[in-house]
Amino acid sequence: MLRKTVLNAAHRALGARMVDFGGWDMPVNYGSQIEEHHAVRNDCGMFDVSHMCPVDLAGPDCRPFLSRLVANDVAKLTVPGKALYSAMLNDAGGVIDDLIIYFLTDTRFRIVINAGTADKDLAWMHAKAAEWKMDVTITQRREGENSLAIIAVQGPNARARVWDVLPQTKTAIADLKPFFAAESGQYFIASTGYTGEDGYEIMLPAAEAESLWNRLKDAGVAPCGLGARDTLRLEAGMNLYGQDMDETVSPLDAGLAWTVAMKDERDFVGKPALTAAGQQKAFLGLILLDKGVLRGHQQVITKHGNGEITSGSFSPTLQQSIALARLPLGVQIGDEVEVDIRGKALKAKVTKPVFARNGKAVI
Amino acid sequence: MSNVPDNLRYAASHEWLLLDADGIITVGITDHAQEALGDLVFIELPDVGGHYAADKEIAVVESVKAAADVYAPIAGIVTEVNQAAADAPETVNQDAYAAWLFKMKPDNVADINKMLDATAYRGLADVA
Repeated sequence: MLRKTVLNAAHRALGARMVDFGGWDMPVNYGSQIEEHHAVRNDCGMFDVSHMCPVDLAGPDCRPFLSRLVANDVAKLTVPGKALYSAMLNDAGGVIDDLIIYFLTDTRFRIVINAGTADKDLAWMHAKAAEWKMDVTITQRREGENSLAIIAVQGPNARARVWDVLPQTKTAIADLKPFFAAESGQYFIASTGYTGEDGYEIMLPAAEAESLWNRLKDAGVAPCGLGARDTLRLEAGMNLYGQDMDETVSPLDAGLAWTVAMKDERDFVGKPALTAAGQQKAFLGLILLDKGVLRGHQQVITKHGNGEITSGSFSPTLQQSIALARLPLGVQIGDEVEVDIRGKALKAKVTKPVFARNGKAVI
Repeated sequence: MSNVPDNLRYAASHEWLLLDADGIITVGITDHAQEALGDLVFIELPDVGGHYAADKEIAVVESVKAAADVYAPIAGIVTEVNQAAADAPETVNQDAYAAWLFKMKPDNVADINKMLDATAYRGLADVA
């Protein structure tokens, strides 16, 4: 039995192609996935991401708890509303999940975790809070009475469209710098996203979601499926949990070293393992020079040994196939490598792992 | 609801076939197949002159989402490929029955009688 978000009927009414996405019945596209992609790069699109799970932390030990729980350092969160991207690691230094932490007050934080990992994440958080005797309550907000829906509105015109539809929130959100959040009435609105474009992620009571979705649609915001979300995040060089990293992969081997605060005395789960192992692999981008499409799990042949594509697809912005890949150390940006696609060795160029943001190619 | 023309034959693996008067078959993927795959971005066609057994992988169509094999519906030799479709894969999305992929000379023309007719394929594509 597939799980459904509160917007399921709205997706079906729009003729969405629905797929089983990690046990959730989700829209992969409504019409052309490529047009949905361009709508976000050039104008404004929206995604139902209510399968993701908001988690509220409350209590005096929020900070010490998060400081030990995640690899990035919540000490960086000094201004209320500021958001922090981090990995949550196991003792071996593998990634249990990647998440965003929003700082509201010293006794109130909100975390958003991935859909498919929510149950194990919550179990892990509860276990750690008990083990460390932390005075913190952990409340999931995806299910039950006070459940929230999440609609991501993304693109260069996203802010203006949201102000049109939710004028009462404009004062609170108009000047949000990237990676901040503000609360306004029943809305929790963050300037975060997974597309490489400006925009908002709006959390609101689940019962209000369909009305907001329809008003945004009437205001000209294009409904976009998880297909476009995947090509947008791939172009933006953003990792996908379960593809680019998982519990067996160190964040240092998944291009996430920038999110791991190793240099001070702070202890966190996984730190001893990361310190011992160091970085073992390079995480870089690929652009296919021959014709074809790069896909996850294809072998990459380099003069330093073999590597593997973790995410690959066709880039609608570049009109070429692109990928993220875990490669042997020593492979450099600009190197030419070969990718084994159905037994043929096709040529690809190694790039930095980001291809397009803010409407433009950056490669 | 996808389009299933009555004048064509179909394979359960979502190829369509049209038999010409000169005994050559034209093959493409069905409207149902293109719709399921979404925006096509790459097509790998077989070599002209190659012989393929029935149900053997003969071509690949790739959308933004996924790669899918195309199978030789019946045994035969490839006589022609549609390079225009490979150069503009979106034409298969626009009209899957106009943007054919390849033509074959069947080893045994009677094999086409083993293929599904439109009614049978409609039943299959509905549940697929």
